[in-house]
Amino acid sequence: MLKNITLGQYYPAESVVHRLDPRVKIVLLIAFVAAVFLVPNLSGFVLIALYLALACKLSKLPVKLLIKSIKPLRFILIFTFILNLFFTGGTTELLNLGFAVLTKEGLLNAIRYSLRLVFLVLGSSLLTLTTQPVTLTDGLERLLSPLKVIHFPAHEMAMMMTIALRFIPTLLEEADKIMKAQSARGSDFETGRLLERVKAMVPLLVPLFVSAFRRAGDLAMAMEARCYHGGEGRTRLHVLKMQKNDWIAIGATAVLIVLVIVEGRIFSV
Amino acid sequence: MSGIIEVQNVRYAYEEGGALAVNDVSFTVEEGEFTAILGRNGSGKSTLAKLLNGLYQPDSGTVLVRGMSTADETHIWDIRQTAGMVFQNPDNQLVATMVREDVAFGLENTGVATEEMPGRIESALRAVGMEAFMDRAPHLLSGGQKQRVAIAGILAMRPRIIIFDEATAMLDPAGRREVFDTVERLNREGITILWITHFMEEAARCRRIHVMDGGRIVLSGTPSEIFADAEALRDLRLDVPAMKQLADRLQAQGIPVSGDVLQVEDMVREVKRLAAAI
Repeated sequence: MLKNITLGQYYPAESVVHRLDPRVKIVLLIAFVAAVFLVPNLSGFVLIALYLALACKLSKLPVKLLIKSIKPLRFILIFTFILNLFFTGGTTELLNLGFAVLTKEGLLNAIRYSLRLVFLVLGSSLLTLTTQPVTLTDGLERLLSPLKVIHFPAHEMAMMMTIALRFIPTLLEEADKIMKAQSARGSDFETGRLLERVKAMVPLLVPLFVSAFRRAGDLAMAMEARCYHGGEGRTRLHVLKMQKNDWIAIGATAVLIVLVIVEGRIFSV
Repeated sequence: MSGIIEVQNVRYAYEEGGALAVNDVSFTVEEGEFTAILGRNGSGKSTLAKLLNGLYQPDSGTVLVRGMSTADETHIWDIRQTAGMVFQNPDNQLVATMVREDVAFGLENTGVATEEMPGRIESALRAVGMEAFMDRAPHLLSGGQKQRVAIAGILAMRPRIIIFDEATAMLDPAGRREVFDTVERLNREGITILWITHFMEEAARCRRIHVMDGGRIVLSGTPSEIFADAEALRDLRLDVPAMKQLADRLQAQGIPVSGDVLQVEDMVREVKRLAAAI
């Protein structure tokens, strides 16, 4: 059960989106989210949908995968839609059910918020599906490094994330081993009520924690032996460099935001 | 003549006033040597290893690596680059999620230029025969392969000495052989090796052995000198290599086998010699 785990959701493919600088992708996602919330009219949503569709097309990700990423959201989506539909208020009555009134404003709001949610999730999935976790961490470190001026530990944070990613499979494997060892001695992890099952986890978690601490100590020593002394004076194997495509992506997103703002001024629906 | 590592009267206790884990140890390692430090669990051999590159500081006495004292803060990174170290647990010393990046770790730490890295990574991985695994995740490798990646991570930093702290203790026999063969090859290429172990068979293949017990070096010599005195070793609760035992028993039976037999290859040679004489 613990054998085939994938870290993050990275989907390997050869595409322009995959090759974009992780810093650019992170910043563009933030800009995209801002645009999604800025857009006031349904016609603006068409622009955003077009932009997103283009990005998805370029990423060469299977459509199925993208749809799958919205799936866990379906209940929240339905909930948001219904809530907005009936509780927005407004004056233009469309349908009177007696116990509730359906207004035009309500309907528009419901569509707007549902679409925002979908766009939000699709946009961020596009980032995690096309970027390896380590690359993402790398990008994040570099984006946050200006904050070192105010003593924000950007390098340390990224190093911790990398190590966490490295040790997740190791610790899972170990958990699996301990579980089997405890099962062999009569421990039961599968049956019983919730409380009993939680209690059964204790003999699994205690040795796992003890071993994790021992590993941390060993690793710290091994890192020191390999001359690790923090982010200062460190060089890098991968240097991030902005390519032509990165600038094109930034340009396209800037155009989107301008269009969304201009469109909001012109149309009112 | 001064050696590449010089240890003089080193004492070390984990707690102040506590039992000495290393008690008045002195020895010298010459450049290019292949030295084993042999001892059972708790003999202080691992502690000694960590004193050699400044991971621990001696309570008294000095450790010099190429003339630099480990107590001198300004040289500590030079010392660690000169004397690399491979640890026991292969899982707990790999840092990155990809082999290539893990080998780069030490290079990044010591500020090697980015353009220089790929070449050094590749040649380090080639030296341990792991160049085909450059883009693999370390957790998908076998124990022996992980240790070879760890060795590559050290090699990339171009050390003069590599200290192996029971590097094969957690491996299966195949992995152990794979790692030891790699290390022997590196030694032939001029890297000084300090091999810390409790396996007699491995110590027998080194050129010099220091036997540790209770924090002290109790015996020093070449493998044939050390294993000649089976009684002394038994007193230290250490064993004589299986082939040496066999040779001793054959001698007791009146068969004229040489007393220098330590490894299977030696025995094969001896048996062939005796067979030819008949």
